[in-house]
Amino acid sequence: MAYDKFTVLRSTAVPLPIENVDTDQIIPARFLKATERKGFGDNLFRDWRYNGDDTPKKDFVLNNPIYSGKILVGGKNFGSGSSREHAAWAIYDYGFRCVVSSFFADIFKGNSMNIGILPVTVSEAFLDKIFKSIEANPKAEFEVNLGEQKITILATGESESFDINGYKKHNLMNGYDDIDYLQAMKENIKSFAEQSLY
Amino acid sequence: MSKTPSTLFDKVWDSHVVRKIDDGPDVFFIDRHFIHEVTSPVAFLGLEGRGLKVMFPEKTFATADHNTPTINQHLPVQDPLSANQLKALERNSAKYGISHWGLGNPKNGIVHVVGPENGITLPGMTIVCGDSHTSTHGAFGAIAFGIGTSEVEMVLTSQCIMQPKPKKMRIIVNGKLGKGITPKDVVLYIISKLTAAGATGYFVEYAGEVFENMSMEGRMTVCNMSIEMGARGGMVAPDETTFNYIKGKDKAPKGEAWDKALAYWKTLKTDAGATFDKEYNFDAADIEPMITYGTNPGMGMGITKHIPTAKAIGSSQATYDKSLNYMGFHEDDEMLGKKVDYVFIGSCTNGRIEDFRAFASIIKGKKKAEHVTAWIVPGSHIVEQQIKDEGILDILLEAGFQLRQPGCSACLAMNDDKIPAGKYAVSTSNRNFEGRQGPGARTMLASPLVAAAAAITGVVTDPRELMVEEL
Ligand code: SF4
Repeated sequence: MAYDKFTVLRSTAVPLPIENVDTDQIIPARFLKATERKGFGDNLFRDWRYNGDDTPKKDFVLNNPIYSGKILVGGKNFGSGSSREHAAWAIYDYGFRCVVSSFFADIFKGNSMNIGILPVTVSEAFLDKIFKSIEANPKAEFEVNLGEQKITILATGESESFDINGYKKHNLMNGYDDIDYLQAMKENIKSFAEQSLY
Repeated sequence: MSKTPSTLFDKVWDSHVVRKIDDGPDVFFIDRHFIHEVTSPVAFLGLEGRGLKVMFPEKTFATADHNTPTINQHLPVQDPLSANQLKALERNSAKYGISHWGLGNPKNGIVHVVGPENGITLPGMTIVCGDSHTSTHGAFGAIAFGIGTSEVEMVLTSQCIMQPKPKKMRIIVNGKLGKGITPKDVVLYIISKLTAAGATGYFVEYAGEVFENMSMEGRMTVCNMSIEMGARGGMVAPDETTFNYIKGKDKAPKGEAWDKALAYWKTLKTDAGATFDKEYNFDAADIEPMITYGTNPGMGMGITKHIPTAKAIGSSQATYDKSLNYMGFHEDDEMLGKKVDYVFIGSCTNGRIEDFRAFASIIKGKKKAEHVTAWIVPGSHIVEQQIKDEGILDILLEAGFQLRQPGCSACLAMNDDKIPAGKYAVSTSNRNFEGRQGPGARTMLASPLVAAAAAITGVVTDPRELMVEEL
């Protein structure tokens, strides 16, 4: 599935300072019944966002109009649990392009990059600074520069660099995906398969 | 064989790398691919959109499990969305020539139960599925892990995914497990020590006497929950227990092919002197029956203990408070004696025959607590049949229980088996996340023995108190 190229993102951010945000919170299983990739953003954080009668929960951050932006900032161990790519789809469909945390669960991280969301891992200390700067000013802007692998708190100018492997970076910056790569090496795969025991 | 000592994980991983990309992932070949109705439809749509084919349809196996009802499976599925997903799986499988065990098929069941019991899962394989508990298959000495839907599409079209090689961890548990201590307790204990994120970035090998002496069912339970401490997967070196389990299974190699495979499987172990990035050692004697009190599987404790503090488990106070508040528990509470409304035995963690034997061993000759609703859900039709053949069904019925039909059921509550908001469930599944078993449901993860004890007494109970003395 094609996605927008990711180069430099300058945006306000939405804070979610909770640890171990699992994929069942991001998108509960009962919303996984679609056979198409459509409309998952409506159910992003469904049970934190809405009451049982579908009225919005006032104290949840996505229901607070002060906060907006394309960056979601979460506590450590973000995206743990199930492998459902629907979690990444919901985040993307809602309008986020980047998730920042001090620690990501593996599968979520891979799924995000496969669909064009950039997961940015920062230190605990820097994560804390980001939360503080949003607290001080919900309209504070951040800059995520993928080419330079750098995230900056624009209000203070403080920045931190982040890791990403060269291959994934190239894909994200150009909007390529793994299938393009794999198609190009079908012949190698075929001869590899011939040697396989199974 | 290479001269430098290497680990079981290295042996299997390295032999499946089609290409190494500089500063990038490995192009990783997949021997077996399982699909189910929830995470595959968008992958098939993607294939169609690009006009691509399935490269090796014989290496992919489809089963319906997540959405399926656990009663009246012979009737049309009521929920139109679920019915639609099940139909999509059937249609896509037929279109691309993939074997499909849908509802009503005698081989149908939870993907991680049917793979092993039909001999599809074998040592030394690489196995993936759009489901994080694919780690289960590691019990056979396979590298098995969950993938996202984009990767499902990759496997369908190229039999490969792009994966960076994880780091290696070994968890050794030596000694002898006490009475009433099951594989589920072993893995809940390990996760409580490492935390829910403690093995992120690693692939785990479980080693030591406890795993050597464990049945295949038990090893599957342990490997299943590797993902709950963040590990991509876990594995146990194959041995006689493994070979005996596989021999004669429907799709297992036979005759000469068996001998050839067996010779290879016997090389699948970590060489002496091979190193790991991280290693943990635990003593079996320290493990009690376990139960969770919070909203991630790392929040577990010995059943006779009191709920530890945020500090003791290395959690932030806010996250800890949110969790206990959801559960309606308090720091330092005792878990024994807490009221239980629901009991669920089943799932790919504890939905195998051994689990039902364990459950039956406790409830035999007793009666279900009146206020408890129990959902007893076999992992597959084969397990269901074993339950009947071994007389376990009679024990269940006599004690006031009923047996449902196979599927994921209340493990993730995608079908009608949802625990109502605010109610407490002792569950043999693998996740106690908020709302996992239904919006507002409060889950306590435990072994089949603890589940059985709760079903009889109606409160959290140490199963050792109900166990018949061995003669
Ligand atoms: S039983 Fe639960 S964990 Fe296992 S495959 Fe089904 S939903 Fe996933």
